[in-house]
Formats: sequence, C-alpha cells, structure tokens
Amino acid sequence: MKNFLQKIPEQVKRLSVLLLVVVIVFIVATSLLTPKDFGLVGHYRAGAIQNNADKKMQYAGQEVCADCHDDIWKIKNSGYHKNLSCEVCHGPSLNHVNEPDQFKPEKPRDRIFCPVCHEFNPSRPTGFPQILSASHNPRRICVTCHNPHNPTPPQTPKECSACHAEISSAKSVSSHMDIPCTKCHEASEKHKLRPREFLPTKPANREFCGQCHSKDAKGDEFIPRINMTTHEPRYVCWQCHYPHLPEAL
Amino acid sequence: MENKIIKTDKKVERRSFLKKIAILALAPIAFGFLGASDKLKTVKKWMLENGYIPSNHKWGMGIDISKCIGCGRCAVACKNENNVPKEPFFFRTWVERYRIYEDGDIQVDSPNGSIDGFENTRTTNKKMLRSFFVPKICNHCDNPPCVQVCPVGATFKGEDGVVLVDSDYCVGCRYCIQACPYGARFLHPETHTAEKCTFCYHRIVQDKLPACVEVCPTQARVFGELNKKSSPLVRFLRMNKIGILKPSLNTEPKVYYANLDMEVK
Repeated sequence: MKNFLQKIPEQVKRLSVLLLVVVIVFIVATSLLTPKDFGLVGHYRAGAIQNNADKKMQYAGQEVCADCHDDIWKIKNSGYHKNLSCEVCHGPSLNHVNEPDQFKPEKPRDRIFCPVCHEFNPSRPTGFPQILSASHNPRRICVTCHNPHNPTPPQTPKECSACHAEISSAKSVSSHMDIPCTKCHEASEKHKLRPREFLPTKPANREFCGQCHSKDAKGDEFIPRINMTTHEPRYVCWQCHYPHLPEAL
Repeated sequence: MENKIIKTDKKVERRSFLKKIAILALAPIAFGFLGASDKLKTVKKWMLENGYIPSNHKWGMGIDISKCIGCGRCAVACKNENNVPKEPFFFRTWVERYRIYEDGDIQVDSPNGSIDGFENTRTTNKKMLRSFFVPKICNHCDNPPCVQVCPVGATFKGEDGVVLVDSDYCVGCRYCIQACPYGARFLHPETHTAEKCTFCYHRIVQDKLPACVEVCPTQARVFGELNKKSSPLVRFLRMNKIGILKPSLNTEPKVYYANLDMEVK
C-alpha cells in the first residue's frame, strides 16, 4: 500500500486534493443554497405552487351574486344575457362580496360600453346582434330603451339588418338592394324572438332564381337573363353567385 | 508453480481492493436511497394548504373561435385579476383579429390586446374572404419549451399540467420568453421576472374558473379537467373538431381550439 502511494506522482496527489476540495465545496454550497423544497415533486421549488395559489382573487364568480341579488339573477337568467356573468359589465366584485357597503361594483351606463360587444364588425360571427351606433338612435343611452339584465328590444326588430348587419350592408350596394329579404326568405315572427329555434326558409332550387333570371321570365328588361337548360345545369345558382351581392365574382 | 502463487496473491489483492471500492461507492447510494424513500412519503402527502392535491388534476382549456366576438373582456379581466401592468405589450391573454383577403393576403392585428376593441376601418380596397377573432393564451404545453430552457428551474410544469413561474427563484434571464413559440410570456417591468398565464392558479385551486372564462360573454372559452369524463372540457372536445397551435413543434398544447383556421399561427 505504501509502495502504491509512493508510486503516485506528486502532481497527481496535489491535484486530487484540490479536486476533492472543489467537490466538497460544491456539495456544501449546493446543499446550503438550494431551497429545502426544491426537487420535492419535480425539478422546481414545491413552495412556488403555494406562492402561485396564494394570490388574491378579484372576481367573485357569478354564483355568489345570486345569494343577495336573486331578483335580478332570475330576470337575467331568463333573457338573452342568461349566459353572461355579472362581472362582465359590473367589473371585479369580490371586494363588494366581502364588504357590500364599502365597495360598490361599476355600473357602466354610457353609450361606449354596450357597443364593445354589439358594435357592427365584419369579423364577428353572423347572427350576433350588432348595431351601427352612428345610426342607431344617436346619443341616446342604451339603457333608456334596453334593460341590460333582460335586453329584449322594446319592439321586436322590424329590420333584418338589426342582427344580419353584414348581409344587409352587402345587399345595400348590390343590384338586389330593392328586393326585400322576405322575397327569398320566409321568416316567422318567432324567429325574431327565438332566432335559432325558428330558422327562416331559404330558396331550394334553380327555378327560384329563374323566376326573374330565366329567358322567359317577366319583369324589367335590365335583369340579366340566362337559358336555364344550358347555363350550368348541374349547379344551383348560389354555388357560383352570392345572392346578397350577385355582382361579386 | 511460482508464477501461479504470484497470480493468486495478485487476485486476493484485487478482490479486497474491489470490495473497498464497492463499499465506498455503495455507501452514499444507500444513504441516498434512504433519503429518497423518505421523500417519496412526503410526495404522496404533498398538497396545498387548502387541501388541493395537484396530482389529482389535469387542467386544460377549450376555445371556440366561431363564438368569439372580439370584445376583449377576457384580456381586461385577466389584467384585473392578475395585476398585469396596464400598458400595452403586457398580456397574459389577448385576442387577435385575422382578416384574410381574396388575394391570399393575411392581416393580423391586436390593438392593445383587444382591450379597446377593434376599429372597423378599412385599410385596403381588397375584398375580404373571411375574418374572425382568435383568443390567445399560454398553451400550457405538455412538453413545454420554456421549462426546458430555464437555467435555474424557476419555471415548471406542475403535476396538474399547469405551467407556472416561481417568481422568487426567477433570475430574469428572458430565455423562456425567447423559447415560447406562442409569445405567451413577458418580463414584468417592475419585478423583472418572467410572467405568464397561470390558468388563474389561485382561482382553480379553489374550484373557481379562470377570470377570462368567467367573464367570456359568449362562452367561447371552456375550462376543465382533461381526465374526467364529466368535465365541460371533455364534452367540448367530444362535440367539436379540434385543432391546436403549431402542432409541428410537438409542444402538445393543452389549449384546444374549435373551428381553427389553417392560417392561425
């Protein structure tokens, strides 16, 4: 054993002592610097999950509102806004739940607020009720006519454009501008109240468009005419022509 | 014969040497094993102070693009709930508007993260082919690139699948912000640590919905468990055609989009 130790060159001995010191320093340093809960459940500090969970809430959640405001809750849940959480309009209200007298939730009443959702925008899904606030009863506050908790319009909308703004804006610049929607779609009164349950009809065949556009149709001379038997007989008209803007190619 | 004796002598010496080496090597492993089994016990019991056990959950979100009206209430609620700086450019969630024109041109914008709404002004004379809103949020990847690159272990995927940031441990090196392919992270201007959506972790551990889901007026956002059949998210995944963002990156997002357009990146 002594021989073996003596055989090791001096520089190797010194270097290995140095290496040992480095390793010990590393082990001591990591054990001192690594938090105790690091690596407990993964390569992270387990306490960080508690830190993330400890943050303060601001939104109470709509179930809480019903405990005190059950009258408004009932009205809201029977109308178009039934799926809206109260805090969409009234803002974060957990403070109000904890101390009802000290903190009052927001009550947005100005004309800017409702159009956040209901201003016409072509990117919005069709059928979502949208208005052009510039022409929709200008300068009147929305809540004078619409109860925000039950926003059924005071009169059922007469114009289809109240909901189908994009279609009506396309139609208004087309050669079909003078044709009323009801010429092609039969919409029952119920469609205005429960739009998705009672859908309007749509034309079903080529002959419907042919009433005006076939060779032998009656009507003004400027209406473009086609030969119904030779003009693309395998397709229905709206596969190529957009009926609300037939000029579009 | 002499040779043989010498050989056996050498053998004995090697054996005892190997024994010593083995003992030296095994001692720390044995100690470590004892320590590890101790750790295992604590892991099984490990839970949050309110009794929430992360390993019992797996959270995810569903977003129906055809329902989003671009009102930006989610981005507002997120900023209120999580104390996100009010300036633009700091968002945990935001809504993008996609406008695709007939010549194949695509415009994507998100003015102030959709909080002030979208101006309905035409910027070109080109005809629009289709247009829609896409809410964006941290995808809480099952294979998160941000966690891979964090040099200190300050960002991690918890046992419930939520990717969180340890703001006490974060050194603010911005690696994770670079690594996130979805642009979901930012550096908080005051704390100088990385920030991101946590699925409102402080809410979900108390059985509440994330703030953006709570306020979404059209139910475009759905939140729930991925491994429980009764969860609204599983129903959402069953009823819709589902897409995820950047599937080619193998990040395995847990934010699922219904009616996703191929142009959405």
